[in-house]
Amino acid sequence: MLLKIFFPQCCKGADSGLLIGRWLPGHNSAVVLAVIHFPFIPGQVKQYLSQLQSLTQVDLTVLGSWCKPSEGQEGVQSFLKDLSTIFPHGRWLQLSNEKGKKCFSCQVNSRDGKVIESGDKEDQGDQVICIHYDQCKVMLSQLHPAQGGILNPKTELSELRLVFQTVSQSQALFYIDKYDEGPFKLTHWQSEGREGSILVELSKQASVPVCLVLAWLLSIWYWVCKSRILNLWPMRFVSSKLYSCIQLSHRAEHLQTISMPRKAEDHTEFMRKANIFVSFLVDMALGLLLISWLYRENRIRRLADTLVPVADHIAEDLQELLKWLMGAPAGLKMNRALDQVLGRFFLYHIHLWISYIHLLSPFIGMILWYVGLSACLGLTFALSVLSDIVALLTFHIYCFYVYGARLYCLKIYGLTSLWRLFRGKKWNVLRQRVDSCSYDPDQLFIGTLLFAILFFLLPTTVLYYLVFTLLRLLVVLFQGLLHLCVDFINSFPLFAMGLRICRSYRLAAGVKFRVLEQEPERPLHLLMEINPLTYSAVLQWYRTLTYSCYPKDSWGVLCKNLFIGELIYPWKHKNIKTD
Amino acid sequence: MTEEEFFDINGNTISLDCQSHSEFCKEFTVSVPKLSLRKVMNYTCAVWLTAYAVFFATDNTNVLSAAIIVTLVGMMLHLHFVKIDHESMLIIGSLGIQISASYASGRESTSFIEMSKVKDIVINEAIYMSSKPRLNCLEEVYKSCQDILGQS
Repeated sequence: MLLKIFFPQCCKGADSGLLIGRWLPGHNSAVVLAVIHFPFIPGQVKQYLSQLQSLTQVDLTVLGSWCKPSEGQEGVQSFLKDLSTIFPHGRWLQLSNEKGKKCFSCQVNSRDGKVIESGDKEDQGDQVICIHYDQCKVMLSQLHPAQGGILNPKTELSELRLVFQTVSQSQALFYIDKYDEGPFKLTHWQSEGREGSILVELSKQASVPVCLVLAWLLSIWYWVCKSRILNLWPMRFVSSKLYSCIQLSHRAEHLQTISMPRKAEDHTEFMRKANIFVSFLVDMALGLLLISWLYRENRIRRLADTLVPVADHIAEDLQELLKWLMGAPAGLKMNRALDQVLGRFFLYHIHLWISYIHLLSPFIGMILWYVGLSACLGLTFALSVLSDIVALLTFHIYCFYVYGARLYCLKIYGLTSLWRLFRGKKWNVLRQRVDSCSYDPDQLFIGTLLFAILFFLLPTTVLYYLVFTLLRLLVVLFQGLLHLCVDFINSFPLFAMGLRICRSYRLAAGVKFRVLEQEPERPLHLLMEINPLTYSAVLQWYRTLTYSCYPKDSWGVLCKNLFIGELIYPWKHKNIKTD
Repeated sequence: MTEEEFFDINGNTISLDCQSHSEFCKEFTVSVPKLSLRKVMNYTCAVWLTAYAVFFATDNTNVLSAAIIVTLVGMMLHLHFVKIDHESMLIIGSLGIQISASYASGRESTSFIEMSKVKDIVINEAIYMSSKPRLNCLEEVYKSCQDILGQS
């Protein structure tokens, strides 16, 4: 069996001492975490190790000795060999870095002093592989399994995952640096002095009061939302239909996630909080940019001034359309009476709508000015308000679509059932199938009459239905685009992407090995580097869950609904499942 | 370290390089010949002549700049994403197998499979390999791999 030793690159130039690390359970390998230098008292070392063991839940032991001979230190090797009797071990590693050679040699002794493995090929027994790794990067990195699945499984850990876990859990070992007045000196990645950044420390200190303030604000918001006025049925119905209210509640949930004052427990939670925070900041920044653009040169006033003429223009276009339908549209001959009825009915609606808009027109400027200010809550909120404004302005199109669809739907129902009567059949509700039925001559007569009437009125209804469905689909498409943009801004993991670009070793898809210089009679030396995650994998793992709107039905069902005349609501809002 | 010449499925020469670092660690590299200057010149001339013909017909200078930009961007994308320089497989007994493809722009895409996840190595259809070697080349690699897998 091959023995694998994971050796940190920072310890390559260390002075002689003892190797501290862990034997990986279930695999024939060892991870070296640090080197303890002389002078030390073995009893103190054992005490320190047991202290660390209880702190970090990692079973640290003395793995062996590390020898770097320099002038005036002959006999170090035999001294180190004698140390193996003091510390309990199953196998004792002896690594020595000779001058003038690039790789170090390794010898493994069992408990009774017999050599069981060595770097020489000639000895009996098998060989040793030395795998060099960058301790700082491996400590901070997070391994992602290739085919999805859980990020940090608790059981069935592979060898590499065990290595990563060992190094990241032993952070307490890396706190002692060479400037400490402790009983012994350690060499690890932080032994030159602990690193820190003022900004990070300041933000850590500031985060707790900020979280508390946020939590308090959110509690006020939730209290307002639950108050009795807003819980009456009309308000609840309106707020469930308005896209801006949905977006607001979504953002409030996000804020609740990040306003918890306790530290994130595991990697997933930390990334989620960071992503939400960064996305929130960017959203606000873009919103403020939008405000500065809108309010400079009084653009919003000009927008408000053009709003009423645009609404008027739409209404007039619709009137023209109806007048065209009431005539002979595209050369088709309509049923005069029905045409006039429907046309006048819709024209009256448009007349009502125009008067309503004209009633509101003096207030629209002011309303829009204040609504524009709400963009400071974020670009997503501004877009959702825009979507709601579009929905309100095209409300008459929605109404017309509903009327046309209902009429068409009734007509189709009538036609299908009378068609069955025409052929002498009936729909059996009990058996849910079509059965033959004998009708009276009176019934047949009236049925056939009605069928003929409905059938000849069909083209007119179909035309109205088609025209208004097309208009409605246009509006729905535009709204869908806006919703897609908002969804994109909500769910894009900006922090994870930034991490992948700047600190790519923190998100690891795996590792890659490189063979270092090979020398004869030395064990094989490999360099283990971190293979960062691909961008598409980053998106897949860290996409924030949102109430993404996706098409509720497939194309087939949509077409069928269009044909029958059922009302279509193509976008469905998925509720976020909180986990 | 042995180097042999083989042919790929299109008839171009590729070279297989076996490097044995140790008894249980071997590295196989398949190198594909580099991008030929003649091909590049042909494509560029074709694109630019077409652009010039269109410019002659429509008298719009944007066509020419568009052609230049298209050629440059297309070349960069081809070198970065399509043109393989060499593919290598590093097999380390009881640790795992590492497969990496290196592109002409220097980009390397690597994937490492741990030995616990490897049951056996088989020769699958070579259309999945970007350098597309023939069977005799793959057989060499296969034989050496089975030795190492048998050992660990």
